Amino acid sequence: MTSATLAAAAEHPWFLENAWLIPLIPALSFVAILAVGKRLGARAAWIGVGSVGGVWVLAVGSAIQWIQRINSVHGGEESLPEASHAEAFRTFGRGVLRPLAEEAEHATTAVTPITRSVSWWSNGGFDLNVGIRIDGLAVVLLVVVTTISLLVHYYSTEYMKDDRRFTHYFAALSLFTASMLFLVVADNMVQFLVGWELVGLCSFLLIGHWWEEKPNSDAALKAFLTTRTGDIGLLCGVIMTYFVAQRATGQGTFDIGVINQSAMSLGADGTAKSLLFWCAAGLLLGIMGKSGQFPLHTWLPDAMAGPTPVSALIHAATMVVAGVYLGARVYPVFFNGFDIAGGGVNLMAAIGGITVIIGAALAFVQRDIKKVLAYSTISQLGYMVMGLGVGAWSAALFHLFTHAFFKANLFLGAGSVSHSGAHHSFDMVSDMGGLRKYMPRTYATFLIGTAALAGFPLFAGFFSKDEILATAGHNGYEFFMYLGFVGGGMTAAYMTRCIYLTFHGEYRGARHPAQEHTHGAAAAHADADAGRQGGHANGHEGGHADHGPHESPRPILVPLYVLSFMSVAAGLVFAPMLFDLTDLSLFEKFPEWTEPGGTGFVDFAALGLHPEFRWIDPLLATLFAGIGFGLSYAFFWKKAFLQEATLRNKQLRAGKKFLENKYYLDHLYTDIVVGTTKGPIARAAYWVNQYVIDAVLRGAGVVAKRAGRFTYDVIDQKGVDGVPNGLAALTGTTGGATNRLQTGRLQGYALWILLGTTALAFWVAAIVLAN
Amino acid sequence: MYLNQFLLLSVLLFCAGVYGVMTRKHTVLVLMSIELMLAAVNLNFVAFGAFRADVVGQVFALFVLTIAAAEVGVGLAIVLLIYRNLHSSDPDDVDVLKG
Repeated sequence: MTSATLAAAAEHPWFLENAWLIPLIPALSFVAILAVGKRLGARAAWIGVGSVGGVWVLAVGSAIQWIQRINSVHGGEESLPEASHAEAFRTFGRGVLRPLAEEAEHATTAVTPITRSVSWWSNGGFDLNVGIRIDGLAVVLLVVVTTISLLVHYYSTEYMKDDRRFTHYFAALSLFTASMLFLVVADNMVQFLVGWELVGLCSFLLIGHWWEEKPNSDAALKAFLTTRTGDIGLLCGVIMTYFVAQRATGQGTFDIGVINQSAMSLGADGTAKSLLFWCAAGLLLGIMGKSGQFPLHTWLPDAMAGPTPVSALIHAATMVVAGVYLGARVYPVFFNGFDIAGGGVNLMAAIGGITVIIGAALAFVQRDIKKVLAYSTISQLGYMVMGLGVGAWSAALFHLFTHAFFKANLFLGAGSVSHSGAHHSFDMVSDMGGLRKYMPRTYATFLIGTAALAGFPLFAGFFSKDEILATAGHNGYEFFMYLGFVGGGMTAAYMTRCIYLTFHGEYRGARHPAQEHTHGAAAAHADADAGRQGGHANGHEGGHADHGPHESPRPILVPLYVLSFMSVAAGLVFAPMLFDLTDLSLFEKFPEWTEPGGTGFVDFAALGLHPEFRWIDPLLATLFAGIGFGLSYAFFWKKAFLQEATLRNKQLRAGKKFLENKYYLDHLYTDIVVGTTKGPIARAAYWVNQYVIDAVLRGAGVVAKRAGRFTYDVIDQKGVDGVPNGLAALTGTTGGATNRLQTGRLQGYALWILLGTTALAFWVAAIVLAN
Repeated sequence: MYLNQFLLLSVLLFCAGVYGVMTRKHTVLVLMSIELMLAAVNLNFVAFGAFRADVVGQVFALFVLTIAAAEVGVGLAIVLLIYRNLHSSDPDDVDVLKG
């Protein structure tokens, strides 16, 4: 290619401008799978895998082009030779040769996002568009969603093999991906809301995939209704964003760019403070519902009723990160509404901080490996929301990025354990243990994921979590920084417990591997299955030649390898910054690539919200994680202290019971909140029915009865009997003659109606034409 | 704006609905076909409204939507009661009024 065409490519980056293809392709795949999936059988899955694979290429392409774009804008600020050298390296030799003049023109920190839109509908002078808004934030999410979704699709081809609703599963998976991508590229809040609700719908479908069992469909309903509670706030918040734009510009709109700009200018003026606050509070309620923040987190652990790959998708890439994405998307609203630059404490940081600790504490008492991971997700989402709440925008986004990889890794690892090692059970205490020997590869990947989650140095979670906490400390939120350190220690401790129960000690499976070929234990196998996976497991029974624990097949292991690699590599985006190796500029600039800068968004660098690197932060984080790991190791491996303490000590037992009952939040919701609202409303309705409506009816009845008596006695009997009698006779005769028309067949009547109407229409037409 | 395309689509939708009402052997499907006919009517309203640059057409469509929702509510309740009483959802079995 000549340099001219290269420059043209930089002006009109193909991948970025055609990002609307990204949600479209999985949506088409959804339709295709539904249309022909039944006929293709197991091969239908490859439609899904293929389309998501294609979308992944598009997403990575747009990421590369976005970085090119950032560099072409920011390049002007650096000295030229260094910049072009670095750029050639960054973009794998696709660096763009730009004339000097153009470079000077772009010497500003604001990088305009790529936006394209078409009018969806318009009414009353108001245009609503549907379009794309591609910037660093969207690109990060595109890469995360497509990568995780691709791996989950591939993994599911094995994990869901022989499932009775295999086709529907893959169709829903495609739609799930499509809706999340639709949400990610959205350029206005209404489109965002549509994607958001579609994501909720798909999670409902997939959580309730095995709906034959009541707990599963209950869990699906719970997820749907709990997030819907938050959506009330979201809806109010979205409506208020329209007025935020109106207050600032005089013209209301749902366009995200305009809303952000408006929120910034309103924040700078100091006007409309309460509007911004309530708008942010409403949106925050939506985030709490979707991203599992306290106290609306209760649906997330129950959502484990779905198939494990779906859990991975929900927890890593789609669904729960939608809430955090919303927070990042219209961040200026939160930033100014909650006065985040002010330090101290605010609603968003407080919710996030509480969730970090609450989620981590609950993870200690779970028997189900997936529930441990679910509570850990809640806790990690708490970090992200807290990060947004303390002004650590790019750090929260970075944590979302790294968390997606290691949490998907852990979930798929748990699925692998259950699929091949524990007869489709997820109970660590009764059905696992000692699996290290049988599944060494799963064990290794699970260890890497755990290390990343617990924030061990040089793994992904270490960098991202530490960045959030360092920024919290820097921005005047010291309390939340220490809260985060404590949460990190708890994370390390409960994940150590999880590893111990799953992979170490004696194998406690439903069947001991020594008896693996005897038929006597087949019933035990069926029991273990029946608890969770119903028909799915039954379909599998013939498929397993070896019923003992064994290593999983390749479609399960390959995603685990990829995700383990990413659990390490994703963190290195920040690593060189830590060690001051800024010359290796390929990996140095996550914040620079994502933060929009300029006046249309919070300008973090200009406001001094980027922390200086201090050695104390990573050291403290490592110290807390080490303490957590050490205590847990001593407790489980060495049995050093407090064994069976809950049996001996009343207070500890009460505490454990409190945790096992999940702080009694479910009781609060179903018994107290729903119970008390349901009861009085029903009683009030009954009262109205009895004493108001019935009284009216009874009064009318009495009046009618008297009138009837009068009519009968005076008018009817004394005068007009002759006419009705004559009429009755006539009617009887006519009825006898016409009752053959009354076939009693509804559709016959419909036909007569149609014929009559048509005749009428012709008649009217004839009159009109005659005039 | 070409009005004919919308009207043609509307006719097709309406005919599909009429056909469904006449032939389906399940009451719920008959109800759904009625919805199809209503959708065709709605399309006409909106198309004419847009053609004449008059917002009333859209307003009418909204009213029709609301009525349709209520109608389905009543219709489904009737279907449910029919099913409870007759243990059948075939409209042909509802012939109590046969002369």
